[in-house]
Amino acid sequence: MSIRGAAFIAGIYEHPGRDLPHHTIWDIHAEVAIGALADAGLSMSDVDALFCDGTAGFGVLTLCDHLGLRPSFVDNTETGGSSYLAHVGHAAAAIAAGKCSVALVTLAGKPRTGSPPVKWAAGPETGFETVWGTASAAHSYALAAQRHMYEFGTTSEQLAEIKVAASIHAQYNPNAFLQNVVTVEDVVNSPMVSDPLHRLDCCVVTDGGGALVIVSPEIAKKLGKTNAKILGHGEAVKHTNNGRIDLTHTGAVWSGPRAFAEAGVSVNDVDYASIYDSFTITVLQTIEDLGFCEKGKGGEFVLDGGLVAPFGKLPFNTDGGGLCNNHPSNRGGITKVIEAVRQLRGEAHPAVQVPDVQVALAHGTGGSLGSRHGSVTLLLGQEDA
Amino acid sequence: MSSLPNPAPTVTSSSQAFWNATAEGRFTLQRCTSCDVVVWFPRKHCPDCWTETLSVFDASGKGTVYSFTIIRKVANDYKGATPFVVAYVELEEGPRVMTNIVDCDPESVTVGMPVEMVFHDTGEGNALYRFRPSAN
Ligand SMILES: [Zn+2]
Repeated sequence: MSIRGAAFIAGIYEHPGRDLPHHTIWDIHAEVAIGALADAGLSMSDVDALFCDGTAGFGVLTLCDHLGLRPSFVDNTETGGSSYLAHVGHAAAAIAAGKCSVALVTLAGKPRTGSPPVKWAAGPETGFETVWGTASAAHSYALAAQRHMYEFGTTSEQLAEIKVAASIHAQYNPNAFLQNVVTVEDVVNSPMVSDPLHRLDCCVVTDGGGALVIVSPEIAKKLGKTNAKILGHGEAVKHTNNGRIDLTHTGAVWSGPRAFAEAGVSVNDVDYASIYDSFTITVLQTIEDLGFCEKGKGGEFVLDGGLVAPFGKLPFNTDGGGLCNNHPSNRGGITKVIEAVRQLRGEAHPAVQVPDVQVALAHGTGGSLGSRHGSVTLLLGQEDA
Repeated sequence: MSSLPNPAPTVTSSSQAFWNATAEGRFTLQRCTSCDVVVWFPRKHCPDCWTETLSVFDASGKGTVYSFTIIRKVANDYKGATPFVVAYVELEEGPRVMTNIVDCDPESVTVGMPVEMVFHDTGEGNALYRFRPSAN
C-alpha cells in the first residue's frame, strides 16, 4: 500500500516568536495547534489524531490532557529534528488505514529561555562517546565535515555559500532570527567553533514551535483551499554500523529513494526543497545523497547561487531555514514542512516564491551525522500532482 | 601526560569487563564466533548476525585518524583544556572509535595520520584510551 494521495497537509503554523520567556512549552504547543487548525479552517473538536516528539512530559499523554483532546490515534515517534516529517508520513499512513482523518502535529521548545536540556537515558554507547569532551552537536557534525573535506576536497568557502543563500532569503522574513545578508568572508572569518565549522556554519538557537494539520482527501476537498498533497515519504536510521561509521553520507541515501519511489517523481521534478540545515555540512551532504548532484560534488553545486530562490538550480529554505530564520527547540523539521507548503500554496515571500511549484521536497535529519541520526524525506505536490 | 581531564565513563554490566581491562592497559575487542566480525562497542550479541557467543582479544592499539575536530570552547569538564582534539580513530582491527588525540599540537593532526593508544587513569578502576601520533 502506498500513501500517495492518501492525505493532504491542510494547515500550517509557525510561531512568530523566537524569544519566549513568558511562555511555557505547553503554551506554545497550544498556540501553534490553534494556529494550524485555524489555517486549515478546522477546530480542536475535529482532531482525532495527535503526533508529538518525546522531549516533554509524558509525550502524547501530557499533551492530550493539556489540549483537551480525545484522539483515536497517537504517535510519539522520536527521531530528533526529523520527527515531525516522520509524523507526517505516519499520519498519512494512519489516515490511509482509516485510523483517523484529522491529524495534528505539534512542536514546541525553549532552548533560549529556559527549557532544561533534554536528558536522555544512557544508551549502550554512552560510556564510549561522552568522555571525550564533546558538548554540542557542532562538535559531532564537525567530524562529518572534516571527513567530507578530506575525501572530496570540499572547502569552508563552499560550505559558507549555503549560509549566504539562507541569509539572502532570511532578509525577507520579518520573523527571522538573523535578517542580515552575510558574505562568504563573513562566514569563514567568524570564530571557529569546532574545526572545520565556524559559528556561522551553525543554525540559530530559538524558542518557539510549529504545527501541521494533515487530513483525509474527503476533508481536504471540503476545506476548499490549496492543500499540499502528500506524494511520498521515506525514512531511515543511520547509525555507527558496528563501529564502521561512515561520516560522509547521511540517511538520505535510503530515505530519499523510498520517498521518490512512492511519489513516482524524480529529482528533476522537484521545484523547491526544504533541506534540514542544522549546519551547513548537513545541507551539503543531504543534497548529494538525495541525488541533486553527484556524491562529492555538493561543494560545486552550491556555488554561483545554486540554492538561491527563485532561480537557482535548487531553491532551498526560502524562509531563511534553521541557519537564519528559526530552529525551534533545536529541531528544524517542522519548519521545513511549513515552508514547503507555503511554496506550494504560493504563500512564500514574493521575493523568494518559486514560480509554479508543482513538487516540493522536505527533508529532516535528526540526531547527529557524527554518530546516529533519523533521516526522513517527504515529497509534496499540488492537488492534481 | 595529557593535560585533559580524565572523567570516569558510564559503566554497565555489558561493558564492565572492557573497562576493567583498561585498568591493566589493555584495550579488548570482541569477535563474533559465528560471522567473525570484530564488534564495537562491547555488547552481549553480534549486531551483524545476532549470535550471542563472542570471543574477546587484545587489540594492537594501532590505528589511523579517520576524522577529527579541534574543539575551541566548551562549558564541560574540558573547559580548561581547550583547544583539544576529538577524533574517530580507525583501529587496525577495523572499528572506528571515538577518542582524543593527545601529546601533540592540535593543529598538527591530520586525517590518515598513524596513531597509537595510550591509557589515562580515571582513578575509578578504569582508564580512558586515547591516541598519540606514532611513527607508522
Ligand atoms: Zn556475527
